[in-house]
Amino acid sequence: MTAGTPNTETKPVEAAPRRIRGRTREALIGYLYLLPAFVVFGIFFFYPLGRLIQLSLFDTRGVFANQRQEYVGFSQWAEVLGGEEFLDSLWITVQYVLYTVPAGVILGVLLAQLANRKLRGIAFFRTVFSSTVATSVAVASVIFFALVNPEVGYFRNVSWLSWLNTQNPDTALLSVAVSSIWQNLGLTFIIVMAAMQAIPEDLMEAATLDGYSPTRRFFKVTLPLLGPTLLFLVVVLVIFAFQAFGQIDILTQGGPQGRTETLVYRIFRIQFDDVNTAAVMSIGLFALTFVVTLLQFGMLERRVTYAE
Amino acid sequence: MPSEPLRRSGRAPRIRAANVAWYLVMTLLSVVVLFPVWMTLVRALSLPIPYLAEGLPPYPVDPQWGAFWEAWVEGSLGRSFALSIAITLVITAAQLVTSVLAAYSFAFLRYPGKSVLFALTVATLLLPIEVTLVVNARTIRSWDWLNSIQGLTAPFLATAFGIFLLRQAFLGLPKDLRDAAELEGYSNWRFMWRVVVPVNRPAVASFALVALLTAWGQYTWPRLAVTESDWEPLQIRLASLAVQNIDRSNIGFAGALIASVPIFVLLLIFQRQLIRGLTAGAVKG
Repeated sequence: MTAGTPNTETKPVEAAPRRIRGRTREALIGYLYLLPAFVVFGIFFFYPLGRLIQLSLFDTRGVFANQRQEYVGFSQWAEVLGGEEFLDSLWITVQYVLYTVPAGVILGVLLAQLANRKLRGIAFFRTVFSSTVATSVAVASVIFFALVNPEVGYFRNVSWLSWLNTQNPDTALLSVAVSSIWQNLGLTFIIVMAAMQAIPEDLMEAATLDGYSPTRRFFKVTLPLLGPTLLFLVVVLVIFAFQAFGQIDILTQGGPQGRTETLVYRIFRIQFDDVNTAAVMSIGLFALTFVVTLLQFGMLERRVTYAE
Repeated sequence: MPSEPLRRSGRAPRIRAANVAWYLVMTLLSVVVLFPVWMTLVRALSLPIPYLAEGLPPYPVDPQWGAFWEAWVEGSLGRSFALSIAITLVITAAQLVTSVLAAYSFAFLRYPGKSVLFALTVATLLLPIEVTLVVNARTIRSWDWLNSIQGLTAPFLATAFGIFLLRQAFLGLPKDLRDAAELEGYSNWRFMWRVVVPVNRPAVASFALVALLTAWGQYTWPRLAVTESDWEPLQIRLASLAVQNIDRSNIGFAGALIASVPIFVLLLIFQRQLIRGLTAGAVKG
């Protein structure tokens, strides 16, 4: 902020031993303050990553699971990552991304654009559109259980919607996805709305004076300026979709016929019986998340430079 | 701004027709967004068997508010609710402390290896809990921490998101303040809690709100860290009530409302902090 103060050394010249002591002290405090966080990271982030790799290289299946450890190298990686089970779940996960991400972004932009007006009652509509941010995965899933469950869900009554249920192999994943789209709506709306309100009004007025129609204004001014926000949103929603678990656990348990068994759900299901395969799949999931998150960091970096 | 009334009076009839259309569209969209919530209320208010017998109508059958009370007592939602509050408070408080400490260290102190340690911190963002699930579940089990507050909270006591966010905020602190504190002979500890945190209250509050919201809504980890129904946090409990036993499902739906309405009110009150926290990644943090 106030970069006016020059960075000159105003400290009096000290005797060397004291300064060194001061520096050591500062370093000690620095490490000490990091310690609590790093204890947690060490135990629950770094250790598991190492252990996952170890588990993926060994075969610990067998009668005495804890005693028998046979080193099998990367053969397990090839076997699992190229195997039908993993690829099936990967494909289902990708489908889940395709169902939830574009729909989520488009709906967020649509609602925000409609709500970006100063008319009477706008606060009410904005509250409604943001409201689903208060729901958790479990709540959203329970709410949609009452709609898409084939036996007790409301949609079975509605002829034009009855195809959308969790028993139909072709639409089970979509009906789970609908619950996620609804749950994410509040978040996407809030984020897009905030970005739209940050667009300078003069810009819109200038475009209006230039004779831009509202549609043209939206596509030529609003959308390009929303670009970075939308990219951010895409990344967040993709990661949400990769991590989908609660909605599957509550609505379908992976069924029917394994048609909704996403990667995380499969890992969860098999980890008790086959920890080695679960470990390799976890590494696969890690690689996927890694790529997407790096993308996000790249974008953030650009955002920061841009904003400065 | 000044052109607004002018424009409006100039093209009044057309604008008004457009407004009517706008209100219609907005109302319709609101109905679509709120319909699932309405149906949840319907299911909470109706006894499942008569409701099913009636053919799943979009209105409550013989409405009674008993489910909300029953959820609390018979569905032991009260216990889950208290447990979830405890977990949420522990996680939020711990994340605040560990994040403030680490962010302060990264922002103000000089020591060898800082950039490596910061890179390691950021690297944890690449590791969602879903990846480490398999191993973490084993760790908790080997410590005998299944079905315990420790087990439910331990992996979440620190978060790189908070450290990252607060560090950014702390870096913006005017240098004068730091010099003044140094002149006054403030220790790091005192400077941190008396100056840095209070000055950055908006960022701290936004982070706290997002941490709270996330901890409250958790599902995946508790699903692994809990094997006894007595230890089920609210989110797990309400889901099993709603889904597993159809003729008692009304208390599960009541539970879903009980779990979200307080959060909704909280978010209404702290709207600004919420928006700041949620957009922290999108708009410059």
